[in-house]
Formats: sequence, C-alpha cells, structure tokens
Amino acid sequence: MAELLFWPALLLYGEAAVGYFGDVRRPGRAGRAATWGVRLGWLAQTALLAVQAVRDDGFPWGTWASSLDLFVWLVVSAYLIWGCRRRYRLLGLVVMPLAVALLVVARAGGGTGIGGASHYSNLFLVVHVGLVLAAFAGFTLAAAISGLYLWQERRLRTRPATILRRQVPALATLDSLALRTVAWSVPLLTLGAVVGVVRLLARGDRLDALIAATAATWVVWCAYLALRLLGGWTGRRAAYLALAGFVLVVVARLALPATHFA
Amino acid sequence: MRLVLVGTSHHHAPVELREQVALGREQAHALAARLAEDGRETVCLSTCNRTELYVAADDPERAERDAVEALASLGPEVEPALYRLHDRAAAHHLFRVAAGLDSLVPGEGEILGQVRLAHELGTTGPLLDRVFRQALHAGRKVRAQTAIGESPASVSAAAAALAEQVFGSLEGRSILLLGAGKVSEQAARNLRSRGAEIALVADSKTERGQIHELLASVDVVIASTGAHGLVLEAQTVGEALRERRGRRLLLVDLAVPRDLDPAIAELDGCYLYDIDDLEQIVVETLSLRRREAERAEAIVAAEAEKFHEWHASLDVVPAIASLRARAEEIREAELQKAESLLGRLDESQRRAVEAVTAQIVNKLLHLPTVRMKEAAAAADGVLYAEAVRHLFGLGEDER
Repeated sequence: MAELLFWPALLLYGEAAVGYFGDVRRPGRAGRAATWGVRLGWLAQTALLAVQAVRDDGFPWGTWASSLDLFVWLVVSAYLIWGCRRRYRLLGLVVMPLAVALLVVARAGGGTGIGGASHYSNLFLVVHVGLVLAAFAGFTLAAAISGLYLWQERRLRTRPATILRRQVPALATLDSLALRTVAWSVPLLTLGAVVGVVRLLARGDRLDALIAATAATWVVWCAYLALRLLGGWTGRRAAYLALAGFVLVVVARLALPATHFA
Repeated sequence: MRLVLVGTSHHHAPVELREQVALGREQAHALAARLAEDGRETVCLSTCNRTELYVAADDPERAERDAVEALASLGPEVEPALYRLHDRAAAHHLFRVAAGLDSLVPGEGEILGQVRLAHELGTTGPLLDRVFRQALHAGRKVRAQTAIGESPASVSAAAAALAEQVFGSLEGRSILLLGAGKVSEQAARNLRSRGAEIALVADSKTERGQIHELLASVDVVIASTGAHGLVLEAQTVGEALRERRGRRLLLVDLAVPRDLDPAIAELDGCYLYDIDDLEQIVVETLSLRRREAERAEAIVAAEAEKFHEWHASLDVVPAIASLRARAEEIREAELQKAESLLGRLDESQRRAVEAVTAQIVNKLLHLPTVRMKEAAAAADGVLYAEAVRHLFGLGEDER
C-alpha cells in the first residue's frame, strides 16, 4: 500500500519540479501543470503518511529517514499555502526539487515504508519531532522566500528590459512574508527543543552533535527575529541572514541525525 | 437578418478625419436610433480611434448605403476611408476590437468598456444583441487566458508597475515630484490611481531643505525638471537613507539631461530608473503583447466561428420550425382519426400512445434537423431549407 502511494507522490513532485523549470522558460501551461502536480502529490503523500500512522504500532516517523518523509510533507504543506498563487510559482523552483531529492533519500533510508515504529513514547515524539520538523520546514520556506527576494532585488538593480515579463511578488511582500514565516517557526522550534531538553535531563542522557547544531540554528533564527523586529534589519541583510540560518537547518537535518537517532 | 459594418479607424484615417466622425455618448445614441428604422438594429461604436456603425437588417445593401451616408454627412472627406464588412467578417472584426487586437496598443483594456457602453446605448435586437454579447465574452476570455493586457504599454505605466514590484500595494505610499513635465504628471496620475499620494510637487522655487527632509519619508521620487545639472546627488540621498531605517526608495528620472545622480543606483535600498530603462521595458512589454496577440487571435477566431454557426442556423430555423409543426399536425390528425379505437383505452394507455407517437416524430426529424443546421454553417442552408419546403410541401397552404 505504501509503495502504491509513494511512487505517485514522488512522480507528481518530480513533474512539478520539471514543470516549474518549464514555467521559467515559458510562463503559463507548464506552471499550471506544476501547481497541480504539487497539489496531487501532496494528497498522495498525505495518504502515505496516514497509512503509516494507521499501520505502524507507535509513532511512525521516529527514525532519521522516516522523519525526512514527514519533513518533506511539512515543507510542501507550507509551500502550498502560497505556492499555488501565480506570483509565487518561482518558489517551486527551489522547493520542489528539494522535496523530490529528500523524498528519494527518505526512501533509500527506508523511511517511506511501514513498520518503522520507535520505542519512544508517542506523545513525546509527536510533540518533539513534530514541532522541530514543522519549525525546520518553516525555516526552509523562509530561506526559499529570501532567495527569491535576493533574485528579484538583483533584477530590480540591474534593470533588465524583461523586468516586468514575469509576475513575482513585490520586494516588500517577500520581506514581510519571510519575517512572518520565521515568527511562526521560532516558537515551534523553541517548544520542540524544550520538550527534548526536559526529557534529556530526566533520562540523564548526554548532549550530542545534533542537539548542538539545533541550538545553533535556534540562536541564529532568534537573532534574525531580534534584528528584524528591534534592529530595523530589512531587505538584503535580512535575506542573507535567513540563508545562513538555512545552512544550519541543512546541517541539522541531513548531516548530523545519525548521532541523535542512533 | 444580415450583419453590416461600416466604419473607420486609426488604421484607415488620420486624426483629422477621425475627429470629424467622433461622436459623444448622446450623439452616438441618437445616430443609432435614427438608423434603426424599418425594424433594423443599430449600434454606434465611437472612440478616439474609431467610429463604427453595426447594422442588422434584412436588406444589407440599403443598410450599408444608409450607414455610409450617415457617416459621410458628419465629414464628407471620410467616405474614402470607410471600410465595409458583412456578416462573418463584420462579427470577426467586432470580436477583434473587443479583445483589443485592433487597438493602437494591442490588448489595451479600455476598449472592452467602450464596446459594452455602445451595446447598451444602441438599438439592439436578437442579432446585434447576440453578436455584441459574444464579442464582450471573447474580449473577457482573451484577457483571462492570455497575458496580452498585463504588461504596461507606456513609460508612465511602466513606472507604476515598477513601483508595484518594489512595494506591492501602493495604497498610502507617498510620491515626491521634482518638476512637473507631461510624462511625470502621467506617471504620478498612474501611481495615484493605484492608491499612492503626492507629498510635494517641487519646482525651482522649492527650498532644497524641504526636499531633503521629504527624502527621508517618501517612497517614490519622480524627477522631470528642465535643469541642466543634477538636481539630486547620491550623497544627499545617502544622507537621507540613514533616517529611512532600511525603507526602500524608488527613483524615476524622466528628464533629459538627467536630474538624478546615476550613482544613486549603487546605494542600498535605492532603485533608480531613467527614461532609457523605462523605454526599453515598454519596448519589451509591447513585443510580449504582440506575441500574446497570436494566442488571442486564435481565441477570437474560435468565438467568431461559433457566432457564424449560430447566425447561419437562422437561415434554416423557419424551415425546421415549419417541418416540425407539419409533423405535429399530422400526428395529431392521425390520432384524431383513430379516436374510435383509442376511446377504449384508459388514461395511462392514452398517454403512452401520445408519448410513443411524439417520440417517433422526434426521432424521424432529429437527423434532418441536425443536417440542415450543419448545411447552414457550410453556407448551403438556404438550399437545404428550400429543398425541405419543397419535399414536405411546407407553406403551400399559405400560397
């Protein structure tokens, strides 16, 4: 059953990724097809997660690979909030290839099948893993929006004759959207991390590299919020900081989980 | 009923001729009403680029003659510049006009409202009502399914579109106008129509201190003075930026020689466009409009074809109606003859007999009806209608 749902999800996300590239070359039909690919792929992946939740005994996304599966779903869900609008289609160029690549990695790690239950308690994992992954998905989206901001800002500076050919969100809109996304994500990460730390202390476990990387990520994104809200940072500086924060998300998400899940 | 179009436009007549036949709303209404005699339908479409009379009449030659005379009476010299189109070609032309494909700037949106107004003010009947409704539908469809009307077609519209790329909604944004040339006024009007407000129109008498003060708060600066030196230097703008706390500033320099220091473009948070930049953008967007026009032409052609099929079917509708009436007459007469037998049936059995006979008639006439409509679309409608009248003896009782 999981196989039947995984492949449509992957293929539809793949179609969306290709469609968004096509939309860059010639805006229109390819972009619309890509948007439908995201929608239908998301439905297929939602069904896959539902099957995993029903069939598995316990929290099904407690392993590194399966948490990646959930992470992809959260990123695409967050993207769907804006991504279906025509002006935001370019975001898909960043988000969808990333979703495809991560879903393939999740499958290679055995995270898209059934029977991956964890021995940890369900409630702890739902709160800890769910919140941290949701926050990371938010940061990923904020970084994609910041990337789009920098691209559009550069175009406005270089003044090409084609500047009005493609509908892109305004700089001010992208700037505030990135801020709002981070403002939602930081509290989620804070709560998820606090739950993890409380459990860590209760069990007397030691800190590992993933915890340290997550803490660094938290610090950078808190700094982002503080500098934007209190320091008056906007525009390019804020966008670069968001991309720096995303690098830490990548490190925490991909490079270090082996130490944490082991 | 036949459709006739007589008119002139910017393609055929210079402004000296067009202004002779340009009509206001009341005049256009009166002219349409005057031509709509003897059961004719008339609509007068008059804009700054065209004056066209659409007439639906049984006698197209006379309708055309009357329309030409009506326009020639407004300006005798205009007659050689008049075009005359009939039926399918006239409808296709109207659809292209409504879609903005016949406009000076392809895809301009104002024409759709003008076509709607002309329709409302005209003396319409079944034919003109149908053709104008379908033209408005075609115009809306072209705008919805192509990007022909999305890009700016003038320097002032390009400046406003750039402001939207930077700020999003322009509601509440403030503009500083340096000098008041025609193009800068148009740009300011364009920005105001999108919700922006003018903070100050500065001229040579305005104190520089006041301008510097405003630079710290305004969102858009439009410069168009006749000064020979720079009016705003990068250093001045740089000083103002410190007070802006990262707020973006769009500067549009429409003057030649330039009013704004080109080095402003290097400042963080400043976006500077001069007249060359804007003109290149307009050239690019016009070429985009022309590309989209190809897709729009296909949509218009399909809509015109639909109208043609409907219009052509009108030729055979009376014959079809007569044929069906004759068949129904025969059916009822035969049922009447069989009354002595049917009298023994109860109510439900009688209804069943009625239904079966009606069904036989419908099934027999279905294919001939479809074939006649197809023939009408292929221009053989009248021939087929005559053949049906002859074969079934339709209308012979009336002769």
